[in-house]
Parts: sequence; C-alpha cells; structure tokens
Amino acid sequence: MINTSTSMQAANARRWLRSVVAIFLKDWRSELRTRYAFSALGMFVVTTIAIILFSLGSEGAPPDALSGMLWVVIFFAAMSGLARTFVTEEERGTAATLQLLSPGSAVYFGKLLFNLALVTLLNVVTVSLYALFISGFVIQTGSIFAVTIILGSIGFAAAATIIAAIIARASTKGTLYPVLSFPILLPLLLTVINATRLAADGAFFQEAAGEFQLLISYIVVVITASVTVFDYVWKD
Amino acid sequence: MTGRTSITGTDLKKVFNRRVIFENISFAMESPRTMLISGRNGSGKSTLVKIVAGLLTPTKGSVVVDGVGSASEFDRRASIGMVSPYLQMYDEFSAEENLKLAMAVRGAPYDQQYAHDLLKRVALFPRKDDPVRTYSSGMKQRVKYAFALIHRPPILILDEPMSNLDAEGIGIVRAIMGEHRNGGILIVATNDLSDLERYDQHVDLNAGR
Repeated sequence: MINTSTSMQAANARRWLRSVVAIFLKDWRSELRTRYAFSALGMFVVTTIAIILFSLGSEGAPPDALSGMLWVVIFFAAMSGLARTFVTEEERGTAATLQLLSPGSAVYFGKLLFNLALVTLLNVVTVSLYALFISGFVIQTGSIFAVTIILGSIGFAAAATIIAAIIARASTKGTLYPVLSFPILLPLLLTVINATRLAADGAFFQEAAGEFQLLISYIVVVITASVTVFDYVWKD
Repeated sequence: MTGRTSITGTDLKKVFNRRVIFENISFAMESPRTMLISGRNGSGKSTLVKIVAGLLTPTKGSVVVDGVGSASEFDRRASIGMVSPYLQMYDEFSAEENLKLAMAVRGAPYDQQYAHDLLKRVALFPRKDDPVRTYSSGMKQRVKYAFALIHRPPILILDEPMSNLDAEGIGIVRAIMGEHRNGGILIVATNDLSDLERYDQHVDLNAGR
C-alpha cells in the first residue's frame, strides 16, 4: 500500500516536472515567433544606455554611481518585458486554457523559468553593452559580480513573475507593473547595487558574503510567498 | 473512456460583487449520463460550467470528480475535456502544435496517430500545420474539439457547443456528442432547448427566479 502511494507520488512528480518544462518551452517558442519581449527589452536597453552615454559625455562618473545606473537600466528594461508572460495569457484568452491543463504550481514555475531565461539574457546583453560603452565602469572582482548577476537575475525573475500574475488581472496593467514592482524589488535593488559597488571597488569575495546571504534570503522568501498565494491570484 | 466516472456537485453557490449568480445547485452523475444546463443570458451558465471544470471556485459547495483515481490535480484535469468560447488556442502555433502542447502541459505522452485521427475527424487535417491565427472562427471552434478530446477524457463539458460552426461542423459536433453520450459524461450549457429530451438531467438556472 505504501509502495503504491509512493509510486503514485513519484509519477505525479514526474508529470509535474514535465508540465513545468512544457510551459517554459511553450513560452520560449512563442517568444521566438512573436519576439515581443525580446524587442521590448532590446530596444529599452539600447535606448537607456545611449541616453546615459550622451548625458555623461566625456565627464565620466564615479564607480558607485555607475553601479547604480547599471541596475536602473536592468530594472526598467525588465519592467518593460517580464509582465508579458501573464498579460498575454489574459489578453488572448489562453489563461483559462492553461488553468484547465495544469496545476497552478506548475504554471508558476514554468513562467518563472521563462522569466529567469529572459532576465539572464537581458543581464548578459546589458552588462556587455554597459562595459563596452561606459568607460568608467570597471569590475575588479569578477567573482563577486558574477554571483551578483546570477542571484540578482533569480531574484528579479522570482519577484517579476508573481507581480506579473497579479497585474495581469488588473485593467491598468502597464502603469501598475513598475509601481507595484518597485517596493517589492527595492531590497533586491539596494543589495545588488551594493554588491556591484564592492565588485567595482575590488573587494575580497568574503566581503560580499552579507550581500549574498541577503539575496539568497530574498529569493527564498519571494518564491515561498509566491507559491503560497499563486493559486488565489491565478484561479479567481 | 474505461471504467465508470462520476461527478457530483453539492449545494453550489456563486456570488460576484455581492450579487448572487446562482445558489442551491446540486447534481450527481455517473457515466454514461448527460446533463443540460440552460438559462437566459447572464443566468450563470458559463460560471457554473467553469466551476464544474475546476476553473472557478464556488462561493459555497463543492464539485467532486471520482472514479478515475482523482488523487492528484493532474488526474482531475485528465478526466475533463472542455470546449468553450472563453478557452482559446495559442494562435501562433499550428493545430497539431496546440494538441502536442496540450499533452505536454498535462505531463502526458503525445499519441500522434490519435491526434491525426482527431484532426481528420474535425476536417482540419490538411491545415494541421498552419498557424491557428490563419483559421476562420469556425475552424478555431473545430480545433477546440480536437484539443478537448486529445487526452480521451471521460467527462466532456461543452459551453455553447455549436457557436461559429457551419452545417458540416454542427454534424461533426453532434457525432462527437453522440459518442460521448454512450460511454462518458456529457455536460452541455446552451440556450438551445430543442434537444432537451435527449438529456438525462436538466439544470435550469431560470428556475426559482
């Protein structure tokens, strides 16, 4: 009896995992065909970096300010594209279809994976362009910066996914997303800006341990809270 | 459709913005069985159908799907196929890609031969690789039938089943409904009462108003 129950649980876990991957692949293929988020994120990054470049001119800026500006670019670029993951489902009437096919938790993690892929891509492109064009931005401790980008991406994706699910049901989606996101993302933003400053200043890896602990705690709290509330947000 | 399936709704009530849409709705069905849900516009037919399908939570009462080992959320979903005006396909994908997607998201294997049979049945096989956005509204309605049947559900729920269909499409849908009458549970929500005598049970949402 116990064996039957355990094997059923294992079978359900495998189906859940397949469902998560299928939702991620659906969104990824859909994005490759429509290119909505890619276009929005790409245009925003290029435009913002160009504005920063023109406004700085030959003056340059201190590394602290440049570290902050990098995450301002990432924040607003992410806000322009990440909400689409749920908004398109609502606008096209496919949200109910997805509800009929899969449990809420699988939908949440599928969407989270997609947003994580999108944010990672966004961060790689933004950091590359930023390092290429903004002359004063030099990272001296690459390991701190790499871990900051990885944890920052996960944190951004986790928060953006649940906020996107919430605002997809609202009538004022476009304006509500950055407004609702800012207070939730503020602890993450302050931490990643601080960690990036440490990387730019050439701090030892151990000196950024506090920032990393904060980022990991943030990710755990946001994902746990998201899983808890997602069914209420998604279903009714 | 193997084994017996049952679905039971007990004392269902739904309230939106303090307005009672319906209340005291109960039913019990065991396959093979059919039920018609009727009522004027705004009486809550689609809301009741959504609750039965598990897309909405009732304010009061419960719906229990049994008989197929409904131990997980996947099993409940595997029991139900649904066609409704508010269930849309992914129109950037083809009809066959939508069917593959339906099985993948359910975490179940895709049976290509059965999918092709279904697409032939709804007369869409020659257009199976075209994006759904290039289809007419009637063709989109036919894809929904293939989508609803791809996992061989014992319970078929149809909300306004004939909308957007031409004479050929209506014939196809009548044949699908006829088959499901014999082996599974068929729940239809419509204003069309012309076939009322063909249903075993009738929930009239106008009653008592």
